[in-house]
Amino acid sequence: MALRMWASSTANALKLSSVSRPHLLPPFSFSRCLSSVLDGLKYADSHEWVKHEGSVATIGITDHAQDHLGEVVYVELPEPGGTVSKKSGFGAVESVKATSDINSPISGEIVEVNKKLTETPGLVNSSPYEDGWMIKVKPSDPSELDSLMGPKEYTKFCEEEDASH
Amino acid sequence: MRGSLWQLGQSITRRLAHGDKKAVARRCFASEAELKKTVFHDFHVAHGGKMVPFAGWSMPIQYKDSIMDSTINCRQNGSLFDVSHMCGLSLKGKDAVPFLEKLVIADVAGLAPGTGTLTVFTNEKGGAIDDSVITKVTDDHIYLVVNAGCRDKDLAHIEEHMKAFKAKGGDVSWHIHDERSLLALQGPLAAPVLQHLTKEDLSKLFFGEFRVLDINGSQCFLTRTGYTGEDGFEISVPSEHGLDLAKAILEKSEGKVRLTGLGARDSLRLEAGLCLYGNDMEQHITPIEAGLTWAIGKRRRAEGGFLGADVILKQLEEGPKIRRVGFFSSGPPPRSHSEIQDEGGNNIGEITSGGFSPCLQKNIAMGYVKSGLHKAGTKVKIIIRGKPNEGVLTKMPFVPTKYYKPS
Repeated sequence: MALRMWASSTANALKLSSVSRPHLLPPFSFSRCLSSVLDGLKYADSHEWVKHEGSVATIGITDHAQDHLGEVVYVELPEPGGTVSKKSGFGAVESVKATSDINSPISGEIVEVNKKLTETPGLVNSSPYEDGWMIKVKPSDPSELDSLMGPKEYTKFCEEEDASH
Repeated sequence: MRGSLWQLGQSITRRLAHGDKKAVARRCFASEAELKKTVFHDFHVAHGGKMVPFAGWSMPIQYKDSIMDSTINCRQNGSLFDVSHMCGLSLKGKDAVPFLEKLVIADVAGLAPGTGTLTVFTNEKGGAIDDSVITKVTDDHIYLVVNAGCRDKDLAHIEEHMKAFKAKGGDVSWHIHDERSLLALQGPLAAPVLQHLTKEDLSKLFFGEFRVLDINGSQCFLTRTGYTGEDGFEISVPSEHGLDLAKAILEKSEGKVRLTGLGARDSLRLEAGLCLYGNDMEQHITPIEAGLTWAIGKRRRAEGGFLGADVILKQLEEGPKIRRVGFFSSGPPPRSHSEIQDEGGNNIGEITSGGFSPCLQKNIAMGYVKSGLHKAGTKVKIIIRGKPNEGVLTKMPFVPTKYYKPS
């Protein structure tokens, strides 16, 4: 009982650590369960993130998503000028073993696409929140962002989802 | 984003269940808690195994190593796989050989004792019920292993024919080795590592050969075979000694032989050009179409005597209408069911397995195209999410095999 409580409190401490210092890799063997989650972003239940700055929102998939996928070998993205709709697919990520649709968390016009991913799809694994970004969108309705999850809520969502599998 | 390794496990399970209506219903409703566990289950979890449902079992699809790294490490050093979900059985009796020859395309009578081969169980139309590695232990004892996803239908099929055979006075009986567990040790370090654990000289055991011998203190069935294209062994060990053996193998290799999951195993067999039953081989695909003509013994081509022989021997004579071929392609990796078109946009076939090859660092696939369009070097389009991608037909294996054979 005491040991279980100790393990639980240690895990909680690690979670706090990973949230506040996302690039610090926890030293324990179960660190894979603690994918990083950044403050300042919004999250969708299909594991995409959004960073809204000024008139543009940047979108990618989360660290949790890339961890579940494994190594990404191909990223299929749309062309600039197209539109995306909230909860609809705009592309796909291919790993060694699986194909996954990427859904947009918001609606709007695509203004930029990360061309680097064509040559270096592994950026999605190595840098999901920075170099591995996918599309930039001019939101048609910024209030759609309000219904997305914040980092704490998303962290809890991932824990519950993993626990149920 | 939808999809994960967990869903991949589900997808493979559904594919394996395809064509078996009862199994489909049962598997769709199985909760994870109802999945069967091998004796290695807790060992997998303790070593970071990601467990997924696979053919009714909870199996590791991956460990801490990525699927990419695991695949490459198997070919450079070695891999240890738990394949206990596959079903091992023995057929015994004076008439075991003629009985089995009614059900499979192999020349079982022509096998020397202590040797085995890949074969196919056929249905009345010559289609594949399952592929299996069969081994003649003695003239009245056959040991075989069938695929996990086909176990129920295979055992029902064998039992049905055994009843009829015995009713006519045939002498055959069977034993299902559920008291044993199966490990696959594959890769260049497989033989040197295993040699540490047994006194018998493994350099005298060649590809396809079988021995009953002591390994790490327990009586094992050892076959020099595998489904990776590498040199290696499948080891049937009494379940109570399975964990000790797995640990001993990992320990003797000093960390170079790695626990490896089903995800890498699938990459390895695809790179080796080997069929996955449920994807590349099904009830409506004959061994000829699947490119397994070599597995039909010479005598059997002359005599037939197996289920569906009339269809198969006719295809031998006239050629099949479709053929399994390999592909390289650009763009997204092809997956099962991607359409294949010729350069004029006409449908000529379908992909049955595909993915990104860790060893080659490019897309590979296999599938079926119309006969006449199966020549290596033929250019095709592979349609993925509605878009055509450049592809070219190639011979298989994609990665050369390294079976241990007499030189």
